[in-house]
Order: sequence, then C-alpha cells, then structure tokens
Amino acid sequence: MSLIAAEKVDVRYGSALVLHGVSMAIRKGEIVTIVGPNGSGKSTLLRVLIGAIRPQGGRVLRQSGLKIGYVPQKLHIDPTLPMTVRRFLDLPGRVTNVAAEAALAQAGVPGVARQQMAGLSGGQFQRVLLARAILSEPDVLMLDEPTQGLDQPGSASFYRQIEEVRRTTGCAVLMVSHELHVVMSASDRVICLNGHVCCEGTPEVVSAAPAYLELFGTGTGGALALYRHDHDHHDHPDHHHHHHDAAE
Amino acid sequence: MDDFLFRAGLAAVGTALAAGLLGCFVVWRRMAYFGDATAHAAILGVALSLGFSVSVFAGVLGVALLMALVIHALSDRGFGMDTILGVLAHGALAVGLVAVALTHGARANLESYLFGDVLTVTQGDLAVIWGGGALVAGVLWWHWQALLTATLSPDLACAAGIDPRREQLVLTLLLATVVAVSIKVVGALLITALLIIPAAAARSLARTPEGMALVAMGIGGLSALGGLWMAVLLDTPVGPSIVCVAVGAFAVLTVAGQLRKMRG
Repeated sequence: MSLIAAEKVDVRYGSALVLHGVSMAIRKGEIVTIVGPNGSGKSTLLRVLIGAIRPQGGRVLRQSGLKIGYVPQKLHIDPTLPMTVRRFLDLPGRVTNVAAEAALAQAGVPGVARQQMAGLSGGQFQRVLLARAILSEPDVLMLDEPTQGLDQPGSASFYRQIEEVRRTTGCAVLMVSHELHVVMSASDRVICLNGHVCCEGTPEVVSAAPAYLELFGTGTGGALALYRHDHDHHDHPDHHHHHHDAAE
Repeated sequence: MDDFLFRAGLAAVGTALAAGLLGCFVVWRRMAYFGDATAHAAILGVALSLGFSVSVFAGVLGVALLMALVIHALSDRGFGMDTILGVLAHGALAVGLVAVALTHGARANLESYLFGDVLTVTQGDLAVIWGGGALVAGVLWWHWQALLTATLSPDLACAAGIDPRREQLVLTLLLATVVAVSIKVVGALLITALLIIPAAAARSLARTPEGMALVAMGIGGLSALGGLWMAVLLDTPVGPSIVCVAVGAFAVLTVAGQLRKMRG
C-alpha cells in the first residue's frame, strides 16, 4: 500500500501540456527523487501531490489521514510581515517550545528560535523550513529543490540532514532536484521526468537507462558513477567502469 | 463631555480597532488596491440605498460585498491584477459619483460619504460599528492560523490541508464588512488609509504577526481619539484629521525604527 500515488495525471497550463499520463507512488519510508530538465514538470507534479494544483486528468490517491511535510523551493516572506523563527514553527499548528527546539536541532540549526526569519542566511532558512516540515510528524516529507542557492558543501550537508531525518523518524521522502549526482546517491528510487515518466528505478538502473542518457547525456551519468565510485564499494566494477569511460 | 462627541469617539475608536486589525492582512498580502476598489464601490452603494430608500449601511455592505466577490473571482484567472483593480477601483468611484448626482437628495450629502461624518452617528450606527467590528475580530481569531499560513505561502497551506482560496474569500468578506462599518466615520476615500497606515506604523515595533496586529489596533485607536480632538480644536473634518494623526504616528515610528536599526 503506497502512502500517496498519482494515477495517469494530466496537467495543462493554457494550451501547454505540462504533465501527461504521469503515474508514480511513494511507499512507506523510502527516499524517492524526481529528476528532469528545466520545464519537465517536476515542481508541478509535487504541487499536484500536495493538492495545490488540481489535475485536468487522472487522480491523486492518498492514504487517509496522510500528513505531508512540505519544504517549498522558495518562500518569500513579505518584508511587512514580522516573523520570528519560533512563530514560524507554530504554523499551521502550535507546537511546544521543547518540540520546536528539538526540530531545530534535528534540522541542524539549534538556537535560532528568537531570530527573525528575514535575518537568516540561505542555508539556515532552508533548514528552518525543514524543521517546520518535520514538526507535524509527517508520513512523507516533500522537498522542492531544497538546496537551491546553497553551495556544494552546503547542499551535501543538507541532504545528509534529510537522510538523518528519515533514519530517525522513518518518514518517506520525495525530493525534486537537478543536482543529479548528489541527490541520486542518497535515493532508494529515482524517477526521471520529462512531461511523462521516462524511466524509474534504483539510481544505478536509471543512470544506465537510454531515456535518462538521452535527457542528460552521458556526462552526468559519469558524474554519478564517479560519485558512487568514490563513496561505495566496488561491487559492480563493470557497471561503473562503463560510465566512468563514458564521462571521459 | 457632549453626548454627540462621546458617540463620535466610540464610533471612531471602534472603526479604527477593526480596521487596524484587518489592515495587517491587507498590508501583508498587498491588498491595498483591493481595499480601494471595495471602498470606492461604497459610493455606488450610497447612491443605490438613497435611490431605493434602504439603509445606507445595507446598501454599502451589499455593493461592497458584490465588488469583493467580483475581484475574488477575477483574481484566479491570471489577468494583470494591478490593472484590473485600478480599473475597478476608479470605475466604481466614477460610477458611484454619477449615480449620486442622479439620485435626488444624495448630492447635498456627497461630502459626508466621501470623507465621513462621524459627528452625526446615532446609537444605531454605534451598534452596527461595534457589532461589525466584533464580527471581524471574531472571524479573524477563528481563522488566524490558517490565514497566516495561507498568507505566507498558498502551497504551505495546501500541504497542511488548508484551502488558500477559502481563506482569501474570508478576508474578502471581512474587508467588505469593514468598508460598510467605516463609511460613516472616515468616508469611502479614506477607508484604505485607516486599514493600511496603522499597520504600516506598527511594523517597526513588532517582532511577530500578533504583536503587529495589537500595536496596529493601538495606533488606530489612539489616532481616532487624537484625530477627533484635533477636529474639535481646529474645526477640521474628523475623518481626514484621524488619518493625519495616523500618518504622523507612521512617520515618527518609522524614522525612529530606522534610527534604532542604524545604531544597531
């Protein structure tokens, strides 16, 4: 039984068909990453899943009582709206000080509760968004390009934080990203999207799939292979070497 | 103190408290033009209520609600909202002024509907003003968390199971209510001022949304009393005097806030 699933979803903006026949599902506790080029409908699919966009065709199935923790790509807080981190964590539901401080610590930004949201750095801001999302004890955490605007060490440490959250809370994670090599290595499953689902599977399977290589070229596949090469054991030497060669 | 002055004070303070509270959302959501369009529609409401001999409050509420709902419906269609609101705001004012000119007996009182006439409020007006204000405060209290979440980000609201369109509609209806209760006090042209200026003045003093709402209500209430006092002292119109005091508060607090920030 999946937590949330899209079935043959179609979304149109005016005459442009952004998503067509997209089916996908997230199961309990897994980390799924959606990759795809710009304009491939990644964010749209996420917004369909949270209920912000009603698809013209198909449907979204949710487990009843499903709680979603959503981390948007960007959150613009109007400068006229004063908002401390602590107050922000109280949205949409009030939480205790103990829970708020624990969530901030878990997201890697302990002790910022009294600061204004507007005064945070980009990395701190994203982590506060993550803290707010995990406070509702979600069944699934959804993140839309969560590391945009962070440098590489910053985003790598952000992804480690997310894996840590998954490990301690057991929630499923759905991420949208274009940082293929970093993100894919952290995923159980990758969905390659370009208006429709091009291919789907473990990072190894997707990065070797012809549809994926056609979209991203062999260079990025090589980057993934290199990353795996550096950080994993050499359990499939042939497979890796294939991509290693392709990258060069 | 004179009875009519006491009533005027109560009316002005009641209006200013409700407008100051709701005004925070108007500022946060950048709905100033929206407020203008709804308020200007009130003039048409005045003409219609005089033409059909119904109470001014009912006529203004009806037309303001209608205008608010039209804007709400349009705001989802991806038109250039800024332009649409400009057309509606000024169109409503012009049509209202023409309608007033054509309505027998309304023309003589035009100024009181444009700028308010708080010195003539009756006991019945007071009941409408404080009743309407209490309704606005109650609904805001009830929807506060959902409204704030939707104001920050419609997507965050959706993910939490809050319908941002419904929250927007709630605000729209409250705005029409505030317009209807304010017209007697500050008039159609200055209602937006009463919504926006106390909230803007409160910004530099506040650290949280709730803090800003309370300070805005305080500034609104004090501006109402100060404006009334100034009007009696200098024999100036009450509505504009209230707005003048609020603008003064805005200027002082904003400059003080900037100085404090510079000093670190």
